[in-house]
Formats: sequence, structure tokens, C-alpha cells
Amino acid sequence: MNNMENMIGAKALMTAMEKEGVKEVFGLPGGANLPMYDEFARCNIRHILTRHEQSAAHMADGFGRVSRKPGVCFATSGPGATNILTGIATAQADSAPMVAVTGQVPTPMIGKDAFQESDIIGMANPVVKYAFQPRHASEIPEVVKKGFFIAETGRPGPVLIDIPKDVQQNEAEMVFPDEFKIQGYHPWADPDIVAVEKAIDMLLHSEKPVILAGGGTIISSAFAELQAVAEALMLPVVTTFKGKGAFPENHPLSLGPIGMHGHAEANRIMSEADCVLAIGTRFSDRSVGTFEEFEKNLKIIHMDVDPAEIGKNQTAQLAVVGDVKMNLRIMVKLLLQKVIKKTEESPWVKHVKETKAYWQENLKLHPGEMGAAKILRKLREILPKESIITTEVGQHQMWASLFYDVIQPGTFFSSTGLGTMGWGFPASIGAKVAKPDVPVVDIAGDGSFAMTENSLATAVLEDIPVIVFVLNNFTLGMVAQWQRTFYERRMIGVDQGKYCPDYVKLAESYGAQGIRAQSMDELDKAIRDALSSDVATVIDIPIDPEEDVLPFVAPGTSLKDMILPS
Amino acid sequence: MWAILSILVENKPGILFKVTHLFRARDFNIDSISVGVTENPEYSKMTITTVGDEKQIDQIVKQLDKMIDTVRVERLDEHKTVYRELSIFKIKLSNANDSMEVNKLANAYGGKVHDVKQDSIMVELTATPDQIKAFEELAKPFGIIDVARTGVAALQRSGAE
Repeated sequence: MNNMENMIGAKALMTAMEKEGVKEVFGLPGGANLPMYDEFARCNIRHILTRHEQSAAHMADGFGRVSRKPGVCFATSGPGATNILTGIATAQADSAPMVAVTGQVPTPMIGKDAFQESDIIGMANPVVKYAFQPRHASEIPEVVKKGFFIAETGRPGPVLIDIPKDVQQNEAEMVFPDEFKIQGYHPWADPDIVAVEKAIDMLLHSEKPVILAGGGTIISSAFAELQAVAEALMLPVVTTFKGKGAFPENHPLSLGPIGMHGHAEANRIMSEADCVLAIGTRFSDRSVGTFEEFEKNLKIIHMDVDPAEIGKNQTAQLAVVGDVKMNLRIMVKLLLQKVIKKTEESPWVKHVKETKAYWQENLKLHPGEMGAAKILRKLREILPKESIITTEVGQHQMWASLFYDVIQPGTFFSSTGLGTMGWGFPASIGAKVAKPDVPVVDIAGDGSFAMTENSLATAVLEDIPVIVFVLNNFTLGMVAQWQRTFYERRMIGVDQGKYCPDYVKLAESYGAQGIRAQSMDELDKAIRDALSSDVATVIDIPIDPEEDVLPFVAPGTSLKDMILPS
Repeated sequence: MWAILSILVENKPGILFKVTHLFRARDFNIDSISVGVTENPEYSKMTITTVGDEKQIDQIVKQLDKMIDTVRVERLDEHKTVYRELSIFKIKLSNANDSMEVNKLANAYGGKVHDVKQDSIMVELTATPDQIKAFEELAKPFGIIDVARTGVAALQRSGAE
């Protein structure tokens, strides 16, 4: 046998990860993962210390989404492991590649309610793509190899590797395999030329066709293919929120995201369409409203890498299973072969462009100087187009969806599925580690930022200069909006307190830069200062606590029933 | 709609937990479940019967198929499948006549009689769930003290694939 070597389990873990190309690990040490931590002294992997395990998981998630390679986080057993659960569930909900490695109590102690023991394998099962618990040190190389493979192939997702302390410490003869077999795992389907041909046919024979690009388009980076198809068939493109930025939002055919807080023009056009090419989407309720209403009078062509998504939420007339980039590539090829290129605008496309122009002109915005739209358009105006955006969860997130146009595809990331407050800031740190040369901005609200603000320590001490852009309404704004809209303004549990904390001072106390921007001029300067800063910067932007996110499709209603600004 | 699912899985600890967890998490029903190792000790076969509409059952099969630990998932057509369940009934005997009557009933369903006591008798019955249900109805008037059932085991008939 080749590659055979005697070493302890912890060293095998690090060696196997190095072979996978891992350069950084986000984590926090504790009793049960000390043997792994000891190996950082003897390997070339950088450890990035976080102040909470949940943030470590979000950093790995952000790293994974940007680099499209699994981000790695480490946590100890017991509470360390349970703390990463939210991060793992977030990655699972958004199909992000991640490998989480937890320490576990030694094998003889498992099941004895030992100190810091938790059955993390049992707890994590419903929120991981797969979980391993090697019981012998010699299993580790293959487990790592399989774990990375599962995390990044097919529909990506988080993999948990839970390693008992004795398994980390025991010495064994290690074989680092080049090949392995996972019998029940079939991440790839063959290209489906017949289905793709049918799809073209359906699109050509519809009067009002659209493309709905979901997160899968971004995951498989099918940007060029999507654009080629849209342009050749002159199809208007709407996206899901997760698919935001799969298509350049300054393109004449782009209408932006549909959904609960979708663009008015996107929701209108989606509701009028008679045929949709849905690419890499699971038809989330937040995107489509009620399932029954959405598919009424609509032919659905569903392209997805995950066969279980076909027919789960919406009934597809045609399914194209497989990697969406691969199948879109075939579509582009077939269109070229058949010399199908529409040049003349159909009445539908004319109508789409008019609808877009109307709403861009007529959507009422907050009248104040520091309204959300003005703030986010200012950010867009100054940031280079390759900048990466992450967001927290709440009003600011939906304003970002409405008013921050993504120009370069694949530069916008958010916790869209699980909707995890506190995701954006640590995720931005992970993103910056993956792409240190581009500006990374976390568009945040005061409520969400408070959840993981202690990641400022990581950003400062590890020299990861991200920008936190806090739209501060001193309120859990989205909840407040629902209370205003559905609970007769009974505002319960939403007041965050004015300047409690003061985010400028908070940033400074961590050694970061804190800037308050109370006018457009101050904001302009703050963004430029942040971009040229070599430490992390928090920009605190006080806004009107009463500003709502509009349009708003109330839960349980359909996209055509938008609540609009009055 | 009733469906029989035959699921070949890797014979590793924790897989029964994952399969049942999937049913719970996705709000599907398990009507009955039986598990046993196959002729190849690397695999176990689970037979799950479930109830749902066509769309739900399609989803169950797809979600099970997506699980990395499942090697093969099949929905069996009950008309092309041999499927049986083992059940053991403990039935109350109230008078001398009851014993004979229960014996007759057991015979009619191809059941076997065990543990004959003065005031109770056990009947072992291997049959389809429908037949077991029918037997149960007929045994009820005597008084059913206890029942144990294994869940369905099923194999597709040759040439029916």
C-alpha cells in the first residue's frame, strides 16, 4: 500500500485536510478537541479564533459560499458542538459547502452523560448533508476525504465529523486514499438533452415566458449560460432572493427578486407569465407565496440538481434534473445550432420593459434624506462592482434586496433559507478570508448585528478588515413592521434602546474603526474611509424606526397581492 | 393511498434512526416498519408501509433516495409483490366452547395456536395486514388481551420488476 504512515488521529485529520487544500480553520478550542488544536503547531493551516462557535460556523459558511470549497470550523464537544448547530442548519438551508469538526468525549465515556458530552450526531442529523463519527483513528483519512467530497458535490451542504478524544489521540497506520466508494450517493446526473430540447420548445411556444433564477444558479456559477439563454430567447429574468445577482441587475432584461419583499415589477411579471424556466430553486414560500396560486395558469420547467426538489412545492410540467450549468450549457449549444436568436422585441418583452420602467419611476420611497433606498443606492454607487455583500436578517436585508443592485453575478450572499440573524457579519469575515482582495460589506441591522457583534475581535485580531454597514433603527425592525401591519401597532419586544450599545464606541472598544453617518455627505465619506481602512469598520447609520419594507406580500397570499407604499 | 417501500441500506449503526427521523421531519407517516439484515451482511432491508397521497409518496421515495445511506429505494406494487406480516394475538377464553371457536377461526386464516390455557389462547398469524385486520375483527368478541405485530416484509415477484 502507498502513502502509509504511523501517526495519531489528530495529525491524520490535519494531514487529510491539507490534502483537501484547507488553508484556514475557524474555531474555538476546548477540552475535547485539544489534540486537534495541538496539531496547529505542526501544520500549515491557519487557525482563526472566534468568540462563539456559532460565528465559527457562519465564517466557514461565508468562506464556502464565496470560494465554492467547503469552509471548515472546529468546536469542542458538548456546548461547543451545540453552539454550531444553528450555523450548520443555516448552511444546510442554503446548500452551502461546509465541514464542521467537533471533539467528542472519549469513546468509553460516550453514553455515560460525561462532562461536556452531547449526542451531536443525533442532534445534527436533520440539518447535515452527512455526519461521521470515526471510532478508530485509522478511519480518519477516508472520513475526511469522503466528508469534503459530500460537502462540495451535487447540492452542496454541511458535513459533520465528530471525533472522540481518544480517537484523536490514538496512533494508527494511516492510509490516505485517493479513491473511495459511497454506494448510495449519486451527486451527478447525465445531461438531459431531450428534456432541454423540450424546454426550448415550451419557451418558444409560450406567449409570456420568464426565467426564474434561484440560488442553484449561483452555486453552480451558471452566470454566462443564464445570460446567453436569456439574451438568445429574449426572456425577462426574475430571481428568488437567494438567486439575487445570478443575473446582472443592471441588465435590461433583469427584473430582480420576486417574493415577499420582491421588486414590484418582478412580482407583477411573474404573476402574468404563462411559462417559467425555473433554475436551481426550491420554490420557497417566501419566493412564490401560496403554492396553489403560483402554479395556476403557469407551465413550469424545473431545472435542479436535486431530484427531490422536483414536485416538492410546485408541480413541474417538465423536469430537467442535473447540474444547472451543465444543462444550461446544452441549452446554449442547441440554441446556437438551431440558430435561434430573437432580435425583435415581442409584445411581452415590451410590456415587461414598460412595467419595469413604471415601477422604477413610481415606487414611492421614504421621503427623508436617510431613507433606506437612498442609503443603499449610495453604497452601490461607491462600492466597486466586484465587492462582496453579505447581509444579516431583517428589514435591512430586504432593503438590500430591493435597492442594492448586484452588477457582478455571484457577489451577494444572505441567510435566505433559515433566516439566521447574526449570520452576515461572521459570514463576511469568512468571505474576506476567501477573497482578501475585494471589499466585503455586511449590510446589517442593529438587531442582527448585536447577535454576533463579538466577531469584531476576530476581525481585528486576525486582521480581516470587513465593513459592517448598520442601518440602525434601534428596533427589531421587521418584527416591528409586522406588529404595525398585523397587530394594530402593539409593539412588544422590539425596542432595542437608543445607542445601547453605541456601535461607534463598541467598534472602538474592539480596536476597530467606528463611524456614525447621519447625513448623505457623512455616509459618502464614511464608506470611502471604510474602504481605505486597514481595520474593520462599523458604519452606524441611524434611520427612521417607522420605515417599512415595501412592497410586501403578506404570508399566505399570492405575488399579485402586494401591499404597496401608500 | 397505501404504499409498500422496500429500502436497501448499508448495515451500519444509526441508519434506522435516520430513516425514521426523515419521516418525522417531513411529516410523513410510518404505518409499519420491519428491518432485517440481507443475505449480504453489508446491507439491511427495511420494509416500510406508509399512507399518503400520490405526491407525498413520490416525495417520500425521493427523499429516501437522496439519503446517502440508502442504496436502493423501491416502491412495490402490491399486486406484484408477496407481502406478509407476522402477528401474535392473545385471546380471552370465557367458556369451554370458546377454545374450539378460536381454533376454528385460526384455522380459517391459516394461523397456528400456541400456549393454550384455561382462560386464554395465543394465535400466531402470518398474513397480509388486511387479513390480520379481518381476523382481529372476528376475534374481538372473544376479547383480545394483547397483540404483537412485526410490520410488513415484502419481496417483488420474479419477472415483475
